[in-house]
Amino acid sequence: MAELQFREAIKHAIDEEMGRDESVFVMGEEVAEYNGAYKVTEGLLDKYGFKRVIDTPISELGFAGIGVGAAMQGLRPIVEFMTFNFAVLAADQIINHATKVKYMTGGQADCPIVFRGPNASAGQLGATHSVAYDSMYAHFPGLKVIYVSEPDDAKGLMKSAIRDDNPVIFMESEQMYGLKGEVSDEEDYIIPIGKGKIKREGSDVTVVAHGKMYHVAVQAANQLAKDGVEVEIIDPRTVKPLDLPLIIESIKKTNRCVVVDEAHPFAGFAAEIGFLIQREAFDYLDAPVQRVCLPDVNAPFSKKLFDAWFPSPKQVIDAVNQVTYRN
Amino acid sequence: MAKKKKDDIVFAPRGIGEESDGVVQKGVDLPPATKKKHKALGLSEDDLKAMYEQMYLQRRFEERSMQQYQKGKFGGFLHLYIGQEAISTGTVFAFDDNDDIITGYRDHGWGLCRGVTPKEGMAELFGKATGCSKGKGGSMHFAKSENHFWGGYGIVGGHIPIGAGLAFGNKYKGTGNISATFFGDGAVDQGALHETMNMAQLWKLPVLFVVENNGYSMGTAAKRHTVAEIVDRAKGYGMKSAVINGMDVFSVYEKMKEIADDVRENSEPYFVEIRTYRYRGHSMSDPQKYRTKEELEEYQKIDPILKLKDYILSNNVADEDFFSEVEDRIEQDVLDAVEFADESPFPEVEDMYDDMFVEDDPYFHV
Repeated sequence: MAELQFREAIKHAIDEEMGRDESVFVMGEEVAEYNGAYKVTEGLLDKYGFKRVIDTPISELGFAGIGVGAAMQGLRPIVEFMTFNFAVLAADQIINHATKVKYMTGGQADCPIVFRGPNASAGQLGATHSVAYDSMYAHFPGLKVIYVSEPDDAKGLMKSAIRDDNPVIFMESEQMYGLKGEVSDEEDYIIPIGKGKIKREGSDVTVVAHGKMYHVAVQAANQLAKDGVEVEIIDPRTVKPLDLPLIIESIKKTNRCVVVDEAHPFAGFAAEIGFLIQREAFDYLDAPVQRVCLPDVNAPFSKKLFDAWFPSPKQVIDAVNQVTYRN
Repeated sequence: MAKKKKDDIVFAPRGIGEESDGVVQKGVDLPPATKKKHKALGLSEDDLKAMYEQMYLQRRFEERSMQQYQKGKFGGFLHLYIGQEAISTGTVFAFDDNDDIITGYRDHGWGLCRGVTPKEGMAELFGKATGCSKGKGGSMHFAKSENHFWGGYGIVGGHIPIGAGLAFGNKYKGTGNISATFFGDGAVDQGALHETMNMAQLWKLPVLFVVENNGYSMGTAAKRHTVAEIVDRAKGYGMKSAVINGMDVFSVYEKMKEIADDVRENSEPYFVEIRTYRYRGHSMSDPQKYRTKEELEEYQKIDPILKLKDYILSNNVADEDFFSEVEDRIEQDVLDAVEFADESPFPEVEDMYDDMFVEDDPYFHV
């Protein structure tokens, strides 16, 4: 095992895949000469040159579409968005084209493309830089959606995403790029898309949390452990395809569940998980499933308001207390 | 200073040039057609005959499609290419077979030009499993990727960056092929075009952006929905450009060949405005109140198919017998295609899940 920063883990994955497959290339704003707005692509230009590490103008719609066309030609583009908040400008290419071209041509064109970048909020960046889009993309057929929480997952799943023959959304976080963690140094380390992981074992309550929320869940679990409550944390890692059996098996053991999701509540990941649990594990539940989400309000700037807006370990603890009837 | 009266403020487009009073006299102003004869253009007599067959096929296919739609044989949208056949035909003859073509939803003519058979095309319209896109696409999504026809697309301007992406792929892989993206005059107002033209010029992509200006963006005259001449869009990006008479297949062939050579040799983009005229409505539900019958008749007098026929006859390339044989044969091919489409099976319900993902056993959320 090697200790790597989250950003390094992603870069290693991209570097390894570029090394093994000439058709893989990176494009996006500031990815080449600037070495990446968040240094994820640092050093790749020097190693692979301007043919394979390509700076784009600020034209999300245009370069996402150029990526789609290149993928149809058999290349494997990795399209970086400086944040998925900007990818909204490219939604036509992601939602209307990347996911649909194969289907509407009766299978005549494939689109092996990765759209990657940071997702959701990153502190006080105001309303337009703070939205979590994983649930939204997971809504659309044809997309695989990954939102990882730790460097090891980032490396193994990024390699899978690049090798996947379908469009994949790979989500990161500005606030996690500096996070260090042990990363497998197994040669060609691959984590299959669609496999979640039990990251903390516990018998009292299942907490499902992915992306940045995983770390909020860990803080809550550490606190709760002091009170003798053992939380089982499941990180699905991939939002879609969802590793539902892993979640259900855990609930059969704990009989209680809290979903922590950095999206707004309506029709989001937490809502979907809640529905699936009632369908698959109704008889095992000792309490209604609870969720901790963002409020149905835009991200405020002011620190006081932002701290109230962002899901906290305390909210997770309260939700766990609720499903365990400890309050 | 007197205040402007309220009713002086209007947001109606006023148009350009002589028609800046907002009244459009004519859909498009055609540039002069080439004066060159076929030999000077490098076209053989057989080429002329093949061009005629292709254009006549597109015309009859569309007329029969319209008839079948009106009979209720299929639903959805139907956008007919009638009047614009010289563009697809002249281009495909000018291009190499490996050059990539992508277009908008008025795509039947392009499909037929690039090897979608009348049977596969008509069956696609009928939503049958035997259609070129297995009945998954319909009228707007004909495709034949093995022949480098990447399909018709339904979001106005959405396929423009994809066309540049095809060119990017060609440049990256060093195939020597070029790509051409065709779109209507309505698409020139989309941001996707501008973002893509900028990048294509920055990266010297071997791509043609080609406007099939048929005079109307649905029901809004081109001269009323965009400022200045469309071709002048190229100036902002330092891009080479041309205007072509799209009612004359020789003119399309001549210029598109020159442009294709230039794009291939220099790996540089080109912006092309081909002026043409669509005889039918935007789609089947268009009462066409935005133009006059006289205007339509004016363009029908210079019909590209009749023009080529006159040329062939007056230059003794072929006689009337040739035309009656070809026209009867194509008429029969199209009727056979209708019968084939009618009798073909619909896709099975379980086929609905095919073609979503590459793998054999993909995940579908339930």
